Amino acid sequence: MQINGAQMVIEALIEEGVETVFGYPGGAIMNVYDEIYKQDKFHHILTRHEQAAVHAAEGYSKASGKVGVAMITSGPGFTNAVTGLADAYMDSIPLVVISGQVPMSLIGTDAFQEIDAVGISRSCTKHNYLVTKAADLPRVLKEAFYIASSGRPGPVHVDIPKDVTAEIAEFDYSVELELETYKPHTKGNPRQIKKAIEAMSKAKRPLFYLGGGVINSNAANEVRELVSKTGIPAVETFMARGTLSHDDELLVGMLGMHGSYASNMAMSETDLVIALGARFDDRVTGKLSEFAKNAGVIHVDIDPASISKLINADYPIVGDVKNVVTDMLNLVDNIDAKKYAQWRETIGKFDELHPLMYHEDTDRIKPQWVVERVGELLGDKANISTDVGQHQMWTAQFYPFSRARQFISSGGLGTMGFGFPAAMGVKAASPDKVSINFTGDGSILMNVQELMTAVEKKLPVINIILNNNYLGMVRQWQTLFYDKRHSETDLSVQPDFVKLAEAFGGAGYRVSTKEEFDAALKDAVEKNVVTFIDVTVERLENVLPMVPAGGSLFNMMLLAKKGDK
Amino acid sequence: MMTENSERRVVSVIVVNESSVLSRITDLFSARGYNITSLTVAPIPESKYSRLTIVTSGSVRVIEQITKQLHKLIPVYRVYEHADLVEKEMALIKFPVTESITDISTLCEAYNGKIVNVGENVIIAMVADEPKRVDNFLKVIQRYNPKEIVRSGAVALER
Repeated sequence: MQINGAQMVIEALIEEGVETVFGYPGGAIMNVYDEIYKQDKFHHILTRHEQAAVHAAEGYSKASGKVGVAMITSGPGFTNAVTGLADAYMDSIPLVVISGQVPMSLIGTDAFQEIDAVGISRSCTKHNYLVTKAADLPRVLKEAFYIASSGRPGPVHVDIPKDVTAEIAEFDYSVELELETYKPHTKGNPRQIKKAIEAMSKAKRPLFYLGGGVINSNAANEVRELVSKTGIPAVETFMARGTLSHDDELLVGMLGMHGSYASNMAMSETDLVIALGARFDDRVTGKLSEFAKNAGVIHVDIDPASISKLINADYPIVGDVKNVVTDMLNLVDNIDAKKYAQWRETIGKFDELHPLMYHEDTDRIKPQWVVERVGELLGDKANISTDVGQHQMWTAQFYPFSRARQFISSGGLGTMGFGFPAAMGVKAASPDKVSINFTGDGSILMNVQELMTAVEKKLPVINIILNNNYLGMVRQWQTLFYDKRHSETDLSVQPDFVKLAEAFGGAGYRVSTKEEFDAALKDAVEKNVVTFIDVTVERLENVLPMVPAGGSLFNMMLLAKKGDK
Repeated sequence: MMTENSERRVVSVIVVNESSVLSRITDLFSARGYNITSLTVAPIPESKYSRLTIVTSGSVRVIEQITKQLHKLIPVYRVYEHADLVEKEMALIKFPVTESITDISTLCEAYNGKIVNVGENVIIAMVADEPKRVDNFLKVIQRYNPKEIVRSGAVALER
């Protein structure tokens, strides 16, 4: 059929099964918004800032497993969205972000709201397009969705000049994709898989190292089965939280900079690392030369460039984790889970020696208690997003995650301001679950305008502000490594968070006791409206254990012992 | 890893001939801190592809990363990183007309070249040879006071 470029965008989104689009209109994208107005096939959520639109699309994608879609205008609309693109790129989140551009005839003239958008997004997207004629749009949009969601997922940016959205051309979405230069390798090499299984059966102290790729490839069930069949203990990265349930006996915990003592020691003592969809990030490995020093490495990853990038893989397997683990499951019958009993016992002793814990030694609520308490009260009933900082690490450490896609956070880029809009996207994707955002008094102000979106679109995110009147993580580093010079991290001057939430039409609670917290959370869940729960917590609490940047995993700063918890 | 030896390597990249493909390649090199010693690019006749020849340097691990990262770019069709290559580079050199044409001409011939232009004030000579030999040539001709030198960067084909 002959339609204009703007209509093509709408038709393509419908063909792709898109139900929700997050965005913000403006001059160059107006033709597309005009068509959005005329249709009722998908829902548009107007955020109050373009960055939030992309984070919301990320949250939506992470919770649902679908491609997230955001729409923005040219110039500042686009530059505001860049942080979201970069965030999605670092965490391999499939997005299609469509931006308006000045008309073709004005490109390169420094026109109003013109910026070289594809030039900027090139280094923070999996791929990008500047569409120069409407006839290209069906193919480009189809490719965009395919590239975003296949292989190692990532954001794809499509920049469309305004005149292209007005131009009429033939629309046929059944076009066959011709991508001879892009063919992701999804099936693992059977011989390599066999060799890896042999190595697993020979190893004395093997350890699964589960990364975010497990969640991206929807392989949590298969991985759970593989772990339980082999009896090999597992550590999770921050990005993989929820792959194994918190009560799985074979889950040692989270590893890395703020990982548990047992996890980091297990990684230091193992003789075979079985990395599934993990990329040996510096926050995970600490000092590379000391990381799993005496271990062989099996590395399963869809991205060949992740294999042997930092740590040499003895058994490299390029493929989708789900496929490879499914193949592995057919070969592990002769692995005797009893064989690793002693190894599991050793790890158990590490955990007894220095369990993940905190001391309740002040009058103020401990932030870790809040996370644990929400876990007790809501557990599986909630999806958990976070911002970035101390509260984020406490959430990853102390929340009892029980399923994949329950935990949504900004891992690679570490974007403050991610949590609230992401939690809105999570709520839009998963309305039956309570959407919690653990945040800090620093992070929450970085996208606080989204209160308006949440009120208008009835996205009742419960923001739990672990308020220590500090930019806590930076303060912690200043305390530990900068001789307590707390440069520009004291956030004692604050808004009234209760009134702030109320001013937008949300609900606010100020909490300084445990009883108040329980009551506030209960009320917030019942009220079903966007909420700030401002919890005054111990100011100088540190996230522990901690591997100082560049240190070895086995050299942790640990919590000082005390009799009680 | 940091102690691994850095060596000169030639990477050939076949890419779809489309706008901004060159910046995708060069952005990747700068974003990941890889070196580019020289880069040539031209369309492959009778196809929709172009061929880039990139001379770079790095440890074995870095070179492996470069080829993998290049391959990840969507418009990249093939990446060749071979040691066994036929490699050629061209250079054009401008001399004052007062220098000895005979000397320069003889030297050029030894390096697969010749004088390609004689003007009122300058002589322009051309050589095409292996990059190392071009280096040599450029050293040798210093005594003839070259005014300007332009090198094409290496092109290479696997044997």
